[in-house]
Amino acid sequence: MHAESEVRIPLVTGGKTVHDVTQDICSRVEEKPTKLWMMAMAISLALLAVGAYAVYLLLWNGIGMWGLNKTVGWAWDITNFVWWVGIGHAGTLISAILLLFRQRWRMSINRAAEAMTIFAVICAALFPILHTGRPWLAFYWMFPLPNTFGSLWVNFNSPLLWDVFAISTYFSVSLVFWYIGLIPDFASIRDRATNKVSKAIYGALSFGWTGGAKTWSHYETVALVLAGLATPLVLSVHTIVSFDFATSVIPGWHTTIFPPYFVAGAIFSGFAMVLTLLLVTRKVYKLEDYITIEHIEMMNIIIIVTGSIVGIAYITEFFIAWYSGVEAEQYAFINRATGPYWWAYWSMMTCNVISPQLFWFKKIRTNLAATFVISIIVNIGMWFERFVIIVTSLHRDFLPSSWAMFYPTAVDIGTYVFSFGVFFTAFFLFAKFFPVINMAEVKSIIKATGQKK
Amino acid sequence: MKENKTYWKGIEQLEATPEFQERSAKEFHEYLPINGNEEGDPTRRDFLKMMGFGMAAVSLAACEAPVRKAIPYVNKPVDVDPGVANYYASTYSMGNEVCSVVVKTREGRPIKIEGNDLSKVSGGGTTTQMEASVLSLYDEQRIQSPKIDGQDTSWDELDNRIKAELASNTGKTVIVSYSNCSPSTQRAIDVLSTKYGNVEWVQYDPVSMSGTLDAYETATGNRAYPVHDFSKAKTIVSFDADFLGNWPNQTSNNRQFASTRKLDDNKKEMSRLYSFESNLSLTGSNADYRDPIKPSQQGLYIANLYNLLAQKAGVSTVSTSSVDNSVVLEKAANDLWNSKASSIVISGSNDSNVQQIVIAINDLLGAYGTTIDNSKSNNTRKGSDSAFSNFVNELKQGQVGGVVFYNCNPVYDHPLGGEISSNVSKAKTSISTSDRNDETTAISKYLAPDHHYLESWNDFEPVTGQLSLSQPTISNIFDTRQAQESFLRWGENSDSYYDFVRAGWSSLATGNFDSFWDKCLHDGVYENGNEGTSSSISVDVASVVSNIVSSSASGTELVVYSNYSIGDGIHANNPWLQEMPDPITKACWDNYLTVSLKYARENGLDYDPERMVAKLVTVSVNGTSLQVPVIPQPGQADGTVGLALGYGRTNAGKVADNLGVNAYQLVNSTSSGLNYSSNGISISGAEGTYQVAQTQTSQTYAGRETVIQETILKEYQKDPGAGRYRPKISASTGKEHPYAISLWKDHKYDNHHWGMIVDLNSCTGCGTCTIACQTENNIPVVGKQEVLNRREMHWIRIDRYYSSRGDEGRENKEAAAENPEVTFQPMMCQHCNAAPCETVCPVAATTHSTEGLNMMAYNRCVGTRYCANNCPYKVRRFNWFKYHDNAQFGDNLSMNNDLGKMVLNPDVTVRSRGVMEKCSLCVQRIQAGKLQAKKESRRPKDGEITTACVKACPADALTFGDMKDPNSKIYKKLKINELEKGVEAKEQRAYHVLEELRVMPNVWYLTKVRNKDENDKVEA
Repeated sequence: MHAESEVRIPLVTGGKTVHDVTQDICSRVEEKPTKLWMMAMAISLALLAVGAYAVYLLLWNGIGMWGLNKTVGWAWDITNFVWWVGIGHAGTLISAILLLFRQRWRMSINRAAEAMTIFAVICAALFPILHTGRPWLAFYWMFPLPNTFGSLWVNFNSPLLWDVFAISTYFSVSLVFWYIGLIPDFASIRDRATNKVSKAIYGALSFGWTGGAKTWSHYETVALVLAGLATPLVLSVHTIVSFDFATSVIPGWHTTIFPPYFVAGAIFSGFAMVLTLLLVTRKVYKLEDYITIEHIEMMNIIIIVTGSIVGIAYITEFFIAWYSGVEAEQYAFINRATGPYWWAYWSMMTCNVISPQLFWFKKIRTNLAATFVISIIVNIGMWFERFVIIVTSLHRDFLPSSWAMFYPTAVDIGTYVFSFGVFFTAFFLFAKFFPVINMAEVKSIIKATGQKK
Repeated sequence: MKENKTYWKGIEQLEATPEFQERSAKEFHEYLPINGNEEGDPTRRDFLKMMGFGMAAVSLAACEAPVRKAIPYVNKPVDVDPGVANYYASTYSMGNEVCSVVVKTREGRPIKIEGNDLSKVSGGGTTTQMEASVLSLYDEQRIQSPKIDGQDTSWDELDNRIKAELASNTGKTVIVSYSNCSPSTQRAIDVLSTKYGNVEWVQYDPVSMSGTLDAYETATGNRAYPVHDFSKAKTIVSFDADFLGNWPNQTSNNRQFASTRKLDDNKKEMSRLYSFESNLSLTGSNADYRDPIKPSQQGLYIANLYNLLAQKAGVSTVSTSSVDNSVVLEKAANDLWNSKASSIVISGSNDSNVQQIVIAINDLLGAYGTTIDNSKSNNTRKGSDSAFSNFVNELKQGQVGGVVFYNCNPVYDHPLGGEISSNVSKAKTSISTSDRNDETTAISKYLAPDHHYLESWNDFEPVTGQLSLSQPTISNIFDTRQAQESFLRWGENSDSYYDFVRAGWSSLATGNFDSFWDKCLHDGVYENGNEGTSSSISVDVASVVSNIVSSSASGTELVVYSNYSIGDGIHANNPWLQEMPDPITKACWDNYLTVSLKYARENGLDYDPERMVAKLVTVSVNGTSLQVPVIPQPGQADGTVGLALGYGRTNAGKVADNLGVNAYQLVNSTSSGLNYSSNGISISGAEGTYQVAQTQTSQTYAGRETVIQETILKEYQKDPGAGRYRPKISASTGKEHPYAISLWKDHKYDNHHWGMIVDLNSCTGCGTCTIACQTENNIPVVGKQEVLNRREMHWIRIDRYYSSRGDEGRENKEAAAENPEVTFQPMMCQHCNAAPCETVCPVAATTHSTEGLNMMAYNRCVGTRYCANNCPYKVRRFNWFKYHDNAQFGDNLSMNNDLGKMVLNPDVTVRSRGVMEKCSLCVQRIQAGKLQAKKESRRPKDGEITTACVKACPADALTFGDMKDPNSKIYKKLKINELEKGVEAKEQRAYHVLEELRVMPNVWYLTKVRNKDENDKVEA
């Protein structure tokens, strides 16, 4: 019997040829920066400058510049940290897990997603350093380095130490993975380069790539090996971040559901952030043929799934608080929903649980504007989720005498702005000087004959 | 032989090769880079080397370490060993309060005040103000030299001018002071009056007890306040008399009262305290029954109580109108009568008529001779309102030639102060001996600054027959002179005051005077055997009742009170006291109007506890208007408002000036004396908002039995474990006690295992421990703004919980009742054996000691604050800023100027910015005690090692000791049973706060037991 598979929907539209791909992607790097890019960069640098001033105030005067107090010892700092780490999850997930599952649609988005991961992890890593009282010591005392202080060692019981290892491992692996992927594309740019400087720089960046069959074979093996390494990291990093809370005694933190719930939340926010950035990049760089509605729909489906997991986690927490019979735990959850921070809780619920459900409608999940708005809403919601977990749990814990409120200061906001400055400055530099789409991989999924449609 | 011999040094010289000749011309034979390369030309490398060296040298010179002077003793004083503390017995005396103390000095600097256990007057406790007074010694705002008209002068010049003026003045010379019980001061003033004649000594008290003293004068002929012994009282009824807070000999009152509240297997009885008052005071918050009344009704209540008791005693009653609701009053009368001869009734009224009925009631109850000893008087209150107003009148009429303000500040702390300042110019000579600037020094021509009490010799007789000596523990820091010595100089007596005091004591000695004197100095106290004489009591109740002004009870009444930190205002410039939260309102750095919850509701004077924003109102009394913030206060009698004295200073120093308002202006000065309550006041609407800094804004413990465990006496008598909450945790073996379940390998203690007990039943909430700890452990003051940011640094705090409005619903549980029961819970690091803070620190900066202490290594801390977040008791404190050497924290006097720093305890590190800190159970004291024992080759004895808070507690509510020592108090009290999984207390009252977390604290709490009847119909 003769069976014929269905005609696959092309992953890249517009009938692009191999040359078109090179042309479309490389020319962004080779052209002079556009006005739009210059403006975006100027805004990023402005954010960076304003944020740097806030960071200077913080470092010069002390953590008292933030709104923290004797009861609420962490607020925006760790909220921002967890938020950025969460965002940093999508890149690796897209490249590693989807690579292992042979999801070829990932090919046109993984580069940008991975770059976003790297920059998000850098932003995340800022906060554990900045939030310490003595960052000039913290940045190296947190590592188990041999020292002359006697038998002084780090405390391997502390989840914060686990964080240090988790984040640094994740960052290293993601960075290597991303960079390995960039090498063939750097080589393309090198080969096309017309001026000496570009040639030298991209030459160095491409590590002497020759494009031989053996090289390609090595390249693909390394990519697979790294994907294998990175996959457990996607799950482990946020699991370990959640241990910061889960292993503590504070009601609202001391919860065994945290690891899966945090991982789901991280993927959720990571995809939302990827969407936000890609929709802009797609528009500005006219990459509609590479990043298609198909891609956006796929990602929106992942957002519905993870958003629903997060929603179920929220409800489960309430159920368990009631079922546990622990007074402080019950109070912590009722206080979240009805206490002085009710607005934060309900913002979280609306943004994270209700808004992604709109993606059940195909019209909405294939609509660019709606996707863009919801992706931003999801990220706001995920920020509130961390704020709710951290601040509303701490502000009213066991002894009512210590109950207090947290009010952010301008420096709190400024430090957050600083992380945006870092992120966008890095991202726009990436978008201008690095190939935003993996040319080598995309070339493998365009129609072989290159006929025009 | 050759004629010319050549001597050579080596073969090279003999051979004289060209290379050698060339080399010998150089000073340094070998190649040196400074001379260039071997060809002689400097190379580029040499240049870079030299420049590198130059840069390094210049930059090293630039970071020269600051010069720190350490001056060795040329002749080492005999008893001063660097690093070893010396203790001297002395006497605290500031304002009118006097207390025997022991002063701890290090390298000649007094750094800590502790109670003198030998004193029978104080019983060994202290108060917040005594603990804090050591900082006032090092206050830069003190007057640093004698002054005439504001200009520095010499003592000789000052003495000559004053002597000449006093001799030539027409009119009398008046010495104005607070109540003074110093026999030698009396003699020094006698010298002055002998010299100049016509010298009058007028004594007053900022919070006057003149009415009480007058009442005793009428009733017994002796104008003296007799000694009350609360430890003998089974029933105490207080009418607005805050004997635990602000009352003569508050230290002893706390100790005696607390002793009646202690319960154990052998003593299952406790006293019962009734309180009828307007403001919620410390006394009222410790009361078993509390009835909020208006001040205008106090006379009526007391007269009714008299009638109730008179009926029982079978003596004639007096005619008076009855009170609206007499349920509590009748109950009090029954209890008083049932515990006849062991009961006390006291009143805070300054109305002599009211006090006479109180005397009659006490007489009826047979209190005299049992609980009240009227053969002995408390001499720290002698002030007379009429004498003072006479003085003001005479000053106005120009009859006063010279006035000496002897360590007092009437311009500020007396309602007639305004008249004094406007008329003082009528006296030719005005002298102030105050040791620091105040409102009265501002109007005085001559300033003859006195020593601080820690620089002074003196003696006191606070209670008849009980003498207390004062010796200097540091030589005077500034060019000051003891006031008594000034009196002697002006009286042409050239003795030093030391010799003068000694001479006064010479008659007391039997045998060798020097050894007697040394013994007295060592002990600090001496009983001169004066038994006093008791006088009979007669009160014409019928006629005094008719004199009681019982105004119609309409309209809002103002009750002015003194709080427990700033008190009458003498200590206003002491930042430790300014930042000490009021035990009731938990507010600091301000005074404020307390109003009843009902009044606040009805007048829209709501308070936002989240941001601590209060509404501002204008209070007008007799033409004086003040703008104050309003705090709704549970327990405030409806129809009354309260305002604290001691604030609104204008010339006290940089800490105190312009904080709050001066409530002395609102005290009524009437012909019959001062009246601290006023009716007919008007309060006009909210005109804005104001932030009042509070360290605790929640009201109740929200029904959490795991925090506060309480019961009533009857229940306790039936079951010592009554009121206990015993959480159980479900395990595979069924429901288990939390201690039985553990993932931990628990700590083993081979040597010591330190622990503490907090008896919730005897803690009166006074806050002395907070200040003692602040002094001992160099805890910074952070200022009002930082308290508003909820960043105060106290290591031991006292949590104050009101009873809830209702048991159902979150809102009811969290809101205080209108007239609540109050529980105080001292809270400090619990030194958990399975400490949540220790596991989470990434750098192991907080660890467990081999003696059960939870330790902080400040040097290792990087400040992640994870430990503070994970502390279920929220006792960890973070250094948000650099609090020392920082102009932004100028109010932190003890760390921001060289003089203030002298108060720091050298045994305790001053913490840097960005590190965590918390109670260490005074580890420096534990180490010192262990070292002492080790030097003497013995085990530490129980009681010789105590923490600062335990030592300071006047109520003996805290017990510290070694839980491994079967002879220790803590071991016996807890009835310790050592289990494999930790220490168990067999004492049924002992519990751990948050026991279900199984953090296994080393601090135990004993349940609060109220002496209430079961099924009481009486509310509160």
